[in-house]
Amino acid sequence: MAYEAVIGLECHIQLATVSKMFCGCPAEFGARPNSNVCPVCLGLPGALPVTNREAIDAAIRLGLALGSTIRDVSVFARKHYFYPDMPKNYQITQYDRPLCEGGALPVRIGDATRSFALIRVHAEEDTGKSFHPERHGDRQVSRVDFNRAGVPLLELVTQPVFREPAECAAFLTALRRLVRWLGISEGDMEKGHLRCDANVSIRPAGTQALGTKSELKNLNSIKGVEKGITAEIARQERVLASGGTIEQATLLYDADHDKLAVMRSKEHAHDYRYFPEPDLPQLAVDAAWLAAARERLAELPWTRAERFAAEYGLPAYDAGVLCDQRELADYFEEVVKEADPKKVSNWIMTEMLRHLKATQRGVSDWARNVPPHHFAFIIRSVETAQATATSAKSVLDEVFANGGDPASIYAERGIRARSSSDELLPLVRAAIEENPGPVAQYLGGKTATLGFLVGQVMKKSGGQAVPQTVKDLLEAELARRAAAR
Amino acid sequence: MSGADVWRLSATALAARVRAGDLAVADAVESGWRGPAAAWEADVHAVAHTDPGARAAASSAAARDRRTAPLAGVPVLVKDNLCTTDYPTTCGSRILAGYRPPYDATVIGRLRDHGAVVIGKGNMDEFAMGSSTEFSAYGPTRNPYDLGRVPGGSSGGPAAAVAYGLCPVGLGSDTGGSVRQPAAFCGVFGLKPTYGRLSRYGLVAFGSSLDQVGIFARHAGDVAATYAALAGPDPHDATTRQTPAPDVSRWDRGVAGLTFGWPANLWREGVEPDVVEGLEIAAVALERAGARRVAFDFMPGEYAVATYYLVATAEASSNLARFDGVRYGFRHDDAPDVRALYTRTRSAGFGPEVQRRILLGTYALSAGYYDAYYLTAQRARTRIRREYEAAFARCDCMLMPASPTLPFRLGEKTDDPLAMYLSDIFTIGANLAGIPGLTVPVGLTGANGRPPLPRAVQVLGPEDAEPVLLAAGRALEVGGDTIRLGAAHDTEFAWPTKR
Ligand SMILES: [Zn+2]
Repeated sequence: MAYEAVIGLECHIQLATVSKMFCGCPAEFGARPNSNVCPVCLGLPGALPVTNREAIDAAIRLGLALGSTIRDVSVFARKHYFYPDMPKNYQITQYDRPLCEGGALPVRIGDATRSFALIRVHAEEDTGKSFHPERHGDRQVSRVDFNRAGVPLLELVTQPVFREPAECAAFLTALRRLVRWLGISEGDMEKGHLRCDANVSIRPAGTQALGTKSELKNLNSIKGVEKGITAEIARQERVLASGGTIEQATLLYDADHDKLAVMRSKEHAHDYRYFPEPDLPQLAVDAAWLAAARERLAELPWTRAERFAAEYGLPAYDAGVLCDQRELADYFEEVVKEADPKKVSNWIMTEMLRHLKATQRGVSDWARNVPPHHFAFIIRSVETAQATATSAKSVLDEVFANGGDPASIYAERGIRARSSSDELLPLVRAAIEENPGPVAQYLGGKTATLGFLVGQVMKKSGGQAVPQTVKDLLEAELARRAAAR
Repeated sequence: MSGADVWRLSATALAARVRAGDLAVADAVESGWRGPAAAWEADVHAVAHTDPGARAAASSAAARDRRTAPLAGVPVLVKDNLCTTDYPTTCGSRILAGYRPPYDATVIGRLRDHGAVVIGKGNMDEFAMGSSTEFSAYGPTRNPYDLGRVPGGSSGGPAAAVAYGLCPVGLGSDTGGSVRQPAAFCGVFGLKPTYGRLSRYGLVAFGSSLDQVGIFARHAGDVAATYAALAGPDPHDATTRQTPAPDVSRWDRGVAGLTFGWPANLWREGVEPDVVEGLEIAAVALERAGARRVAFDFMPGEYAVATYYLVATAEASSNLARFDGVRYGFRHDDAPDVRALYTRTRSAGFGPEVQRRILLGTYALSAGYYDAYYLTAQRARTRIRREYEAAFARCDCMLMPASPTLPFRLGEKTDDPLAMYLSDIFTIGANLAGIPGLTVPVGLTGANGRPPLPRAVQVLGPEDAEPVLLAAGRALEVGGDTIRLGAAHDTEFAWPTKR
């Protein structure tokens, strides 16, 4: 029997706020264990939470970006379970009246845009981090670092709208882009800024009723989400194929070994005993707050990509790449003021992004050394035949590495485009003299050798020869020699 | 008054002498320890923790920095569930044995800012769960008017200490009457403010939506002065009201033209005659002072006790989850794994009454029971609040017993939790409705073959009616002169007699 999978995601987004969700401690990372703590985030007796408005503002902006309904009154709730990294043995979260409800995230998959519907987005606090077990003398001990306890999280829950693991990966990639775009999170799954659990069930293809779902945890990369869900679908198919039934369970995915392990079965499911948090008043979001959040929201990535395509005449693919990061889109719009849009897009996608990938650096690093008008100057120099693409690129390499004004580098080096045959013919002839082998091959019919000879001439010109002219001259000269033989 | 009798002074009189330079802070603070505590403390056991060194340090800090403050040099015993950096904070529980908080509760900070000196921690029922101060891991507190009787609870320690003269002011907490009932049993003033007027930051939570820090004093003016020092918004407590606290500076303005409710149906049965007599004395005194009695029947929700115990235990089961032996306090030393660490620590660390309430509250919040219990209780609570609002549409304040009985004997109700819970019937309404209540002593009973016992009335008012309650309390303090038994004179308190 053929099955189809039904998948829903539960994502946790760690916010990049200055302070924690309910106290003034820094929410930063990498501090000495248990140094960013206070009575509130340690859950000391008598301490009380106070809501961080900046975190709520981030949640509102995400909700607005996703087209969710923002409740004017939402309610924090306590979720109870005992665990050593949970200071109060309950987590302050939201339950039956979350801040944001509904909405959808548009995701580009191939040539189409799919919209994946959401159930809710709400704000909550993170737990500490346990390290265990460790040897301590003759005993095994666990240690807990509470620096992360109380760091703001947003929980985003999708409808069970995914059918393929790849859709989940695309969704997470788009979500990561969005939270970075909004500046609310670093969105790095490997660092735990973005975490994802998946609810997975399968059913005979074409049927409507939902099967029993399992909850998949420990999916700590986008690849891992895709692989883990794939493994779980396969496991459920094997169970059904062998005549078994799916038990409701929570499973952990081990990405290193591509294995699933049962963490707890249904009979050990928690009763979280949710009830409204009595230490916090209801969270009221008035029209003024919403308006201010909308103001801060700016243009969303998918809207901006559509505008880039329409306004600058770019292919949808280019517009999508440029709007992958907000800083990149901003940079593009600066450069494009002084150069042709499609050319700018090409230079960004081939040169700039290649450099950034190779050097593991970001758009802001690039912009520091190559401010937009310098980049525009270099791009324009090729268009106006002031320089060849080769020399322009080598200047760009240098400006990215060391900074500097490309105009003065051009002047210093006497860079210009050489296209007169008077200048180039001697170089063409020299290249032919010096490479009898390739020339013979060419004359013997292996015309691909021409590229090599063009390269030789380019080198002799210091990159300043216009390649098309060199090619024309070479072909003419070689044809002349063939005729003379 | 000789220097040795400084402990008899009201807080405001004592602070005035300190400000005038007539009295050293250290003498103001130690007077109660040298005189009355030497006579009473071993029998009464009002104090759970103190430390002469810490008192001396706090006294010199106050003398140095706050000698001109409104409460300069006023010694205050605070309930053992208010966090203090200079004394342990144990909530009368083994599970917090030796625990010393790294921070002061907001109200403690404000006491110190206003020149007061925290002299130690008052004994209490474990985690404020009780009405007799018998459920303390550090032993019971006794009533100074009759050592065979309880001082009330759960804030019995500070109430008894203020009554026998250790200090003129004490702080307690009131979740269902834990300030007003021991105030009545010990014959002192006891104010439970409007919910959100005194910060709960640093008050170890029992029932978060019900808890308020409360004030004990022998004089209405001292309650007012302490309230003025403590009340107001706190950025660390999101449930404090954001508006400025009501002005109580005219606590002595009198009650002429005021109306007070007289819901006599409430004490037609089940209330001891001495308590009813106290109410009559108070009503007459208020009328003589110019107030008008408005009689009506009042039914503050027949489900109030059930509602209260559902809300309070549900919140307590959650608030007390953090006591697990992992980060602070008592930890069971024989725990092979983390589950055992939790269960053994909590089983050995909490007393039986606390465990009973955690179990009740856990049950009320459980899946499948939440709607029937917690949610229903919340609805009932809204109704009770409305009933109080309707009553206060007819009067400025209302008289009511603080307890249906006079102080009962030690051990009398410890085996009958339900009887103990029912004794809260007149106090829990104010906590459910979030309104203020003030216990006002109306002298001592006749002897009747037992020592004279304090009796008191409770004055309830709508939200932010603290000025009205204090005016009524002051009117009874003065006007009780002619009719009050035991007390002869305004500035003289009906002191207990050492037997
Ligand atoms: Zn903190």
